[in-house]
Amino acid sequence: MGIQGEQFIRPSVERVEDATLLSGGGRYIDDLGTRPGTLHAAIVRSPHAHADLLAIDKAAALTLPGVVAVITGSDLLDITTGLVPALRVSVDARAIAVDRVRYVGEPVAIVLAADRYRAEDGADLVTVRYRGRPAVVDPEAALIPDAPVLHGDVGSNLMSDRSFAYGDPDGAFSTALHSLAVTVRYPRNTGSPMECYGVVAEYDPHEDAYDVLANFQGPFSIHAVIARALKVPGNRLRLRTPPDSGGSFGVKQGVAPYAVLMAAAARVVGRPVKWVEDRLEHLAGSVSATNRVTILTAAFDAEGRVAALDWDQLEDCGAYLRAPEPATLYRMHGNMTGAYAISHVRIRNRVVLTNKLPTGLVRGFGGPQVYYPLERLMQRIARHLGLDPLDVIRRNLIPADAFPYRTATGALYDSGDYRQALDIAVGDGGLSALLGRRDAARAEGRIYGIGFTAAVEPSVSNMGYITAVLTPAERAKAGPKNGAQSTATITLDPVGTVTVQVASVPQGQGHRTVLAGIVADIFGIPPAQVRVTTDLDTAKDAWSIASGNYSSRFAAAVAGVAHLAATRLRDKLARIAAAQLNLKAEDLVFAGGRVSSRTNPDAFLPFARVAATSHWSPGLVPDDVGSAIRETAFWTPPELTAPDAEDHVASSLCHGFIFDFCGVEVDRATGKLRIDRYVTMHDCGVILHPGMVEGQVRGGFVQALGAAVYEELVYGEDGAFLSGTLADYLLPTATEVPDLRILHFTSPSPFTPLGAKGVGEGNCMSTPVCLANAVADALDLDTLDLPLTPAKLRALVAEADEVPPPAGHRPATPAAKPGDRTLRGAGATVVAAAPEAVWALLLDPDVLASVIPGAHGVKKLSDTHFTADVTLGVGPVKGRYAADITLSDLDPPRGATLTGTVSGGLGDGGGTGRVTLEPDGSGGTRIGYTYEAAVGGKVAAVGGRLLDGAARVVIGGFFAALARRAGGTGQPGLMRRLLARVLASTGVRP
Amino acid sequence: MKPPAFDYIRAAHLDEALGALHASGGDARILAGGQSLMPMLNMRLTRPAVLIDIMRLDALAQPRLEKGALVVPAGVRQAALLDRATLVDEVPLLAQALPWVGHAQTRARGTPCGSVAHADPSAETPLCLLALEGEVRLRSRKRARVVKSVDFFTGMMVTARAEDEMVEAIALPLRRPGTGYAFAEVARRHGDYAIVACAATVDSRRIRLAVGGVADRPTARDLPLLDGSALDDALNAFAWDLGAGEDVHATARYRRDLVRHLGRQVIKEALRCRN
Amino acid sequence: MPKLSAASRHSVSFTVNGVARSVEVESRTLLTDALRHGLGMTGTHVGCEHGVCGSCTVAIDGTMARACLTLAVAAEGCDIRTVEGLGLGPGRLGVLQAAFKRHHALQCGFCTAGILMSLDTYLRRHPDPSREELTLVIGGHLCRCTGYAPIVAAALDAAAELRGAQKHPEETAHA
Ligand SMILES: Cc1cc2nc3c(=O)[nH]c(=O)nc-3n(C[C@H](O)[C@H](O)[C@H](O)COP(=O)(O)OP(=O)(O)OC[C@H]3O[C@@H](n4cnc5c(N)ncnc54)[C@H](O)[C@@H]3O)c2cc1C
Ligand code: FES
Ligand code: FES
Repeated sequence: MGIQGEQFIRPSVERVEDATLLSGGGRYIDDLGTRPGTLHAAIVRSPHAHADLLAIDKAAALTLPGVVAVITGSDLLDITTGLVPALRVSVDARAIAVDRVRYVGEPVAIVLAADRYRAEDGADLVTVRYRGRPAVVDPEAALIPDAPVLHGDVGSNLMSDRSFAYGDPDGAFSTALHSLAVTVRYPRNTGSPMECYGVVAEYDPHEDAYDVLANFQGPFSIHAVIARALKVPGNRLRLRTPPDSGGSFGVKQGVAPYAVLMAAAARVVGRPVKWVEDRLEHLAGSVSATNRVTILTAAFDAEGRVAALDWDQLEDCGAYLRAPEPATLYRMHGNMTGAYAISHVRIRNRVVLTNKLPTGLVRGFGGPQVYYPLERLMQRIARHLGLDPLDVIRRNLIPADAFPYRTATGALYDSGDYRQALDIAVGDGGLSALLGRRDAARAEGRIYGIGFTAAVEPSVSNMGYITAVLTPAERAKAGPKNGAQSTATITLDPVGTVTVQVASVPQGQGHRTVLAGIVADIFGIPPAQVRVTTDLDTAKDAWSIASGNYSSRFAAAVAGVAHLAATRLRDKLARIAAAQLNLKAEDLVFAGGRVSSRTNPDAFLPFARVAATSHWSPGLVPDDVGSAIRETAFWTPPELTAPDAEDHVASSLCHGFIFDFCGVEVDRATGKLRIDRYVTMHDCGVILHPGMVEGQVRGGFVQALGAAVYEELVYGEDGAFLSGTLADYLLPTATEVPDLRILHFTSPSPFTPLGAKGVGEGNCMSTPVCLANAVADALDLDTLDLPLTPAKLRALVAEADEVPPPAGHRPATPAAKPGDRTLRGAGATVVAAAPEAVWALLLDPDVLASVIPGAHGVKKLSDTHFTADVTLGVGPVKGRYAADITLSDLDPPRGATLTGTVSGGLGDGGGTGRVTLEPDGSGGTRIGYTYEAAVGGKVAAVGGRLLDGAARVVIGGFFAALARRAGGTGQPGLMRRLLARVLASTGVRP
Repeated sequence: MKPPAFDYIRAAHLDEALGALHASGGDARILAGGQSLMPMLNMRLTRPAVLIDIMRLDALAQPRLEKGALVVPAGVRQAALLDRATLVDEVPLLAQALPWVGHAQTRARGTPCGSVAHADPSAETPLCLLALEGEVRLRSRKRARVVKSVDFFTGMMVTARAEDEMVEAIALPLRRPGTGYAFAEVARRHGDYAIVACAATVDSRRIRLAVGGVADRPTARDLPLLDGSALDDALNAFAWDLGAGEDVHATARYRRDLVRHLGRQVIKEALRCRN
Repeated sequence: MPKLSAASRHSVSFTVNGVARSVEVESRTLLTDALRHGLGMTGTHVGCEHGVCGSCTVAIDGTMARACLTLAVAAEGCDIRTVEGLGLGPGRLGVLQAAFKRHHALQCGFCTAGILMSLDTYLRRHPDPSREELTLVIGGHLCRCTGYAPIVAAALDAAAELRGAQKHPEETAHA
């Protein structure tokens, strides 16, 4: 289309969206009215990472006034199917558990009630019986032959294993002078938009049709997945989005399973259903980015020129493979050589499932996981060779004259001059001053480092890239998939005003402002006279599978297609006006609200009049024009071809360039990271709105800062979810954000209508590794994984050996290994009674009832098996639990093993303790005990800090009470001292 | 995330609040600023039958000076105390620590007494109270009593307060001439609960160091006026004795490292500003 | 001494943006829900319901407050201000709002109401704040879109305009 984009640049025009949003007038999903009779949903979720679902008791919940229904997975078995992934595997990825739960937070039941408060009351009363299974959390552990298998039908946790070779990697590696590998364990994080998910769904049984309103962001290829999961044809799933959305960052793709869930629930109950996710649900149960283990090896020469790369990527998609996964692993496939001219590449891609939240779109989508190892490797090569990392980067950059450049793996890089952009960044960004700051800091003994990153930011994804997960033969059988249809519709109404509708589902990026400007320029009218609507209704609006807000496709594709539709309509209007003015269409210009003769300004028609002609006077419209009322344009770039037989993948259309560098200081004593300077250079092609590009860069940068330093979705080794609140999953605030220097370089994209490229995700790809490179430089490290927490950095600078405790000091039992959340303790107490008497107490349910803290109604099922209802609490945190206690390894009256589990609304716990009884030589007994316990569920997720204390108080309380029983009464002072000793020995100071 | 049902009582007089507390048989909770209680209710971590709102009690609304102490009643909000122009002179340690308690938005509602009653081991206000050897004034329908801060905090969110008592006020000893005070903490982000917080007071006789965020309660230790490696040894012993644990934010070793580092830092600073 | 039982609904009255309002709630109803679903004032948003994100921040009796940590019944008789009251009139933005618009201090706009209410409350009492002070106030909020820099710039600009003074020199440098 070749239109020059410059005319559309409106430096920092104020946004049409803002006045409403600033006045509280936004229409986000929870702001929209619902039909009378709409029920509100609360979801009962699994506290277990892996367990069989034995029974769900709805009865108590159903007696609660206001609770209308409790729906379980088996209630939905017939009316739904799983959400199919992009890969044929027999994993039934349902939106709700049926007979097994596979991650903490997995939906188990839906309670429908008159309002959300009552729905949550009901959810509290649903009792679920589970039988625990061993969980596997680590992707490498999941591949071990005897690892617990999540999906029995598949036989192992490995879902896909594909190898690729491009060029001659074997040759390159065998002839290379040097080779070096980095191993990276990229952690889990998420986009965490400030607005959580929302769904309002209803079902019409007469038409067998669903109407779902959801703050879904696309890609609308998922529409087909949802329809299929609901077992209706596409035209019977009307999916609508609200006018405003409170951010997405990819994450709101993950509302899809909940859309299925609520739609099906609405069908079962015969009423509309509304569900608004809360933040605890969001962190535990929305969507995570993948964690990935990568071993990346390079073959390179003495100058650091890289000849070949060998990627071994192990992708962890969590408990289920849900569409569009495993797309995170393939989104970057064309870009595996980053900004570098590297011709030989070997890739092995494996996808594994573990007992964690299923993964999906998160801003950066696959980019951070690739650039982290790639850019760490470039720094390692420089270190290895004793070269300046900047020189190594520069040396390997794709030269300017190579564009459009076909990467080894198949992407076609559209444009760029990476070296020039880098040089400008180094100059304007003040690298030499930064180097001076590093020298000065180091001279003072401070820990200071500088990091660099070069990255290529892909945008406008090829809908076909994911088929690279299939072998060429499988692809051939399935038929080619490729392209990325974008669409816009422009409508002229009877008074000649202009409305634009696009399927870009903005999440705050100001699409309406940009489009109004572009279309107004074409029609020669003020932007204020163009209205843009961006809420999407799949039943009425033009859309396609690529519709939605992801892969930064707006500026590059959507804005371009709006331009195309407007141009087509303008050309028709020109011919209508030409007929009336007796001029040639080519001689007309659209400007100042008029359609006028280029040569004679007096010959004109008001734009509105021409625009309304097709409504009022179709007779005046030349026959060959048809009508000029509504124009829908679709556009797909021809460059986005399907993967070929050699697995070359043109995964994206546009390729921006980013070059970042930064200086950081690590505080030796606290391990805290201070970002001294950060410079980011972007070439995102033609900039349509500078203010909004800056907004994208700054927002992406701060999210990346979060991923690098603050945020992690943490799971214990047992699969317990540990970062369940915003006090655990830490988003950066204004006080954490350093100054950011943004620079631009412009190489227009020859492949997009306006020359623009995407810009929304780049810093999420470049910044985490740039910061890590700076830290590695500061600390002189080879290996470094995210997040760069103060505790981790402190451990890296601290003396290897900690100052030991003073002589005679007995430190608390340390955790066996990191991530092991087992609470261990030991203690001893002396009581007046003889071992036989204490032994009898241990086996007596009445005694147990009185010594188990908070127990009511102990039931003796056998001599060695008891159940009890217990109320446990620490301070204000109280909950009721069902406890199950067995005694084993009985050695009367010397010892026994107690094994117990408790489960309840706040979570579940289990532990084992060995009790030993020894005569103390003066008629009494020395009771010794050791225990191991672990706690999961809600308390683990939201109150991790409470746990240690809680377990110790409860377990210590148990033995103290036992001692009290055994020791008789009358010695409160002594008992208190004993209790203090018990507690002290478990690490709790009296 | 909606609270479970409860009865709500807006007490108009102290007697009403105490009567209601007594009548509820341990199933009531005082609602002060709500900055800790409300999140717990929204998460349904706690299920009291009755909430007793004490924020409209005139009797509890004003801080006052009394026999060498600043008495802060339960109705005083953190922000109000921080706005008190004379606080820096009266209780300099608290003036240093209060800005670290949450954010302006939470301080505008939260109360120092609520913080003490809540007894989070990382909280700054209990730490200062303990460092200063202040006291907690408890009152039930039947009696009033005073508990020393060393005796008040008994565990993670567990205190010496009986179920029918409320924290009527805390009393913070006023600044003594010749005594230096210093506070420091490390948190992941500004406004977060401390990973480790340290408060020190130093006078001509001794060093008193209080540490929060490590044990299950704020913990203080008195030391002679040590310096050099003797101080290092004392700090090291204290660090180990606190029995640090691990969580998603920090390792036990990191906590011990911070006790040694921040401990030394606040002691040095308190010494410096002793006069 | 009013005792509002868990079992029934109660009417609470307070003023919202200067207008006397009453709303039927339960004793446990959060002020966020009372404003949004009881009174239809959906400008106050809900992002976490545990006091961290700040989306729900309103002014109660002239001080900042997390509406998600406030019981509606506890607001009886209070003077509440929300984002809906910030404008100068229908279709006319207030000084702070206009500064946000100029500085692109919002993208999705979800966090915005809370930040505006904190700043509005703060600036009424501290007309001449430093950048650091404003950063701390904004630090009580989470915004996932903007990266905060434009919010700080807008706040400085608004403060200057409200003082009728010259613009802060550092603010004008911001794009
Ligand atoms: C985002 C956020 C960040 C925070 N950061 C910090 C921080 O960094 N440091 C910190 O210390 N705190 C922090 N807090 C907690 C805050 O300081 C709380 O205000 C404080 O802990 C409790 O005071 P409150 O008046 O709000 O009490 P409430 O929440 O009303 O009550 C807390 C508990 O104490 C009881 N209680 C309250 N008052 C009394 C009384 N007078 N007598 C008997 N019992 C009483 C209640 O029943 C309840 O169990 C944070 C809170 C939030 C929301
Ligand atoms: S919703 Fe109130 S602070 Fe997040
Ligand atoms: S503008 Fe989207 S969260 Fe702040």
